[in-house]
Amino acid sequence: MRTPEDGGTGRAFEVTFDGRPVEALPGRTVAAVLWAAGVTSWRTTRDGGRPRGVFCGIGVCFDCLVTVNGRPNQRACLVPARPGDVIRTQEGTGHED
Amino acid sequence: MRTDLAVIGAGPAGIAAALAAARRGIRVALADAAPGPGGQYFRQPAPGLGAEGAVPRNARRTWTRLRDALAASTVDVRPEHHVWCVERESGRLTVHALLGPEQRASVELRADAVLLATGGYETVLPFPGWTLPGVVTAGGAQAMLKGGLVTPGHTVVVAGTGPLLLPVATGLAAAGVRVAALVESTDPARLPRHARALAGKLPEAAGYAARLLRHRVPVLTRHTVVRAHGEERLTGVTVAALDARGRVRPGTERLLPCDALAVGHGMLPHTDLAETLGCRLDGHAVAVDAEQRTDVPGVWAAGEATGVGGAALALAEGHIAGRSIAARLRGTAPDTDTWAPAARARARGRTAAAALHALHSPPAHWGEDVPDDTVICRCEEVTAGAVREALTLGAGDTRTVKLLTRAGMGWCQGRVCAPGVAAVTGCPPAPARRPFARPVPLGVLAAQHDRTTPHDDHPRPEEGSP
Repeated sequence: MRTPEDGGTGRAFEVTFDGRPVEALPGRTVAAVLWAAGVTSWRTTRDGGRPRGVFCGIGVCFDCLVTVNGRPNQRACLVPARPGDVIRTQEGTGHED
Repeated sequence: MRTDLAVIGAGPAGIAAALAAARRGIRVALADAAPGPGGQYFRQPAPGLGAEGAVPRNARRTWTRLRDALAASTVDVRPEHHVWCVERESGRLTVHALLGPEQRASVELRADAVLLATGGYETVLPFPGWTLPGVVTAGGAQAMLKGGLVTPGHTVVVAGTGPLLLPVATGLAAAGVRVAALVESTDPARLPRHARALAGKLPEAAGYAARLLRHRVPVLTRHTVVRAHGEERLTGVTVAALDARGRVRPGTERLLPCDALAVGHGMLPHTDLAETLGCRLDGHAVAVDAEQRTDVPGVWAAGEATGVGGAALALAEGHIAGRSIAARLRGTAPDTDTWAPAARARARGRTAAAALHALHSPPAHWGEDVPDDTVICRCEEVTAGAVREALTLGAGDTRTVKLLTRAGMGWCQGRVCAPGVAAVTGCPPAPARRPFARPVPLGVLAAQHDRTTPHDDHPRPEEGSP
């Protein structure tokens, strides 16, 4: 397979994940950007504090919830990454409680 | 906005129906949650990724034909429409959809007919470690590969049962991932008894077999994953052989190191919109007649929503639905002879689907073997032990188990855990009866209420009296 890293038509841009810069390609979801950066978990559960990431990959399971630009509970597998996005690991409900 | 036909879901069934109806002069709106048409099967990488994607070669030809036909048609394609409810009032249908990735604003499409082409989603039965990061559904791994050209790890085990595992394993291998094993619980010795029904699928299966061989993917049939290992993420899986009755054969366990597991045990139809409309279900699927009509006037259904059977079957069903809708909206009965080839394809597809379903049942006794400390409901973190305790407290059905344990009350509304709860309790899964097909912001619901409150025309008694 020809991968986009071999030279896609879109220009790479930067987002941050928990404060560190991550390269993103246009059209990729937040989940795809994080997978490409080798990150597989970006949420901890409410009760057990266990790590979670993508499970169903098509917006059904809500396991990949993440905080993007301060808004928690975004499905990383659906939300497209945009230049400058501030992506943060979501702890529990994502709200301070 | 008003239209003649609103098609919900732009996968193979939805596109085929939209094209068939539009060619016959029907105004069609084709709504889908994704940024572009194609559905899961024809999912395309974003244009900015500049790659041709991971859709198999034979499917690519079909996709090119559908895509070009759609572009040349009068169909009003509406991407990023997340349909949350379809209402039927005095014979008129209203489709409610949240817009864009933000999903904060809702729009309405009014139509005389609605086609539900809502597709399906994957079933995964629970096992120890299945919540670890790195464990993904087989379809999820494929969706991320097709849409984002990304893979879940460097060394992947593909496991479970069903025809989806083949394209997932070959797709990942072609993308440069080392596929440590394809673990399929079905015994290939059962294949011959279904050979006639599956004759049409054999060339495709042979193609996958050749690709597995070329990529040197070890295939373990009559095996299952019994445990996923790791603390913060997946580090390996234990696989074991199954005996003739579907039980793990003691002493056959072995560890396969991997950093990703793509696992699936079949598919379930998306029926939420159909259930809200009051459509009759046949088992898990929306019941339809020979024209793909549901028992609710004005509502048709096609594709995986009416029974999981793959893209070829969905295309045939969608085509028939589109032609039926075109005729019925004109007040005439369709001439079914004119769609005889599609009807034959549908019959073949359904026969093959039934055979595949019989062939690929998950191992028996699955639920009994799930340890007490394994999480069943991923959203609410309810364990198998808690579910079993609910049974001892007198719960006799999955609904009571849900009320006692919260299993199925979380974000996914039980879509993921329902098969697991059913397996552990031995109770058949009850109809979910979800009022909305997806989470809806409270502001959107409040706005609906404002719209239907008759505050303009008639003062309420307490306001009108002095």
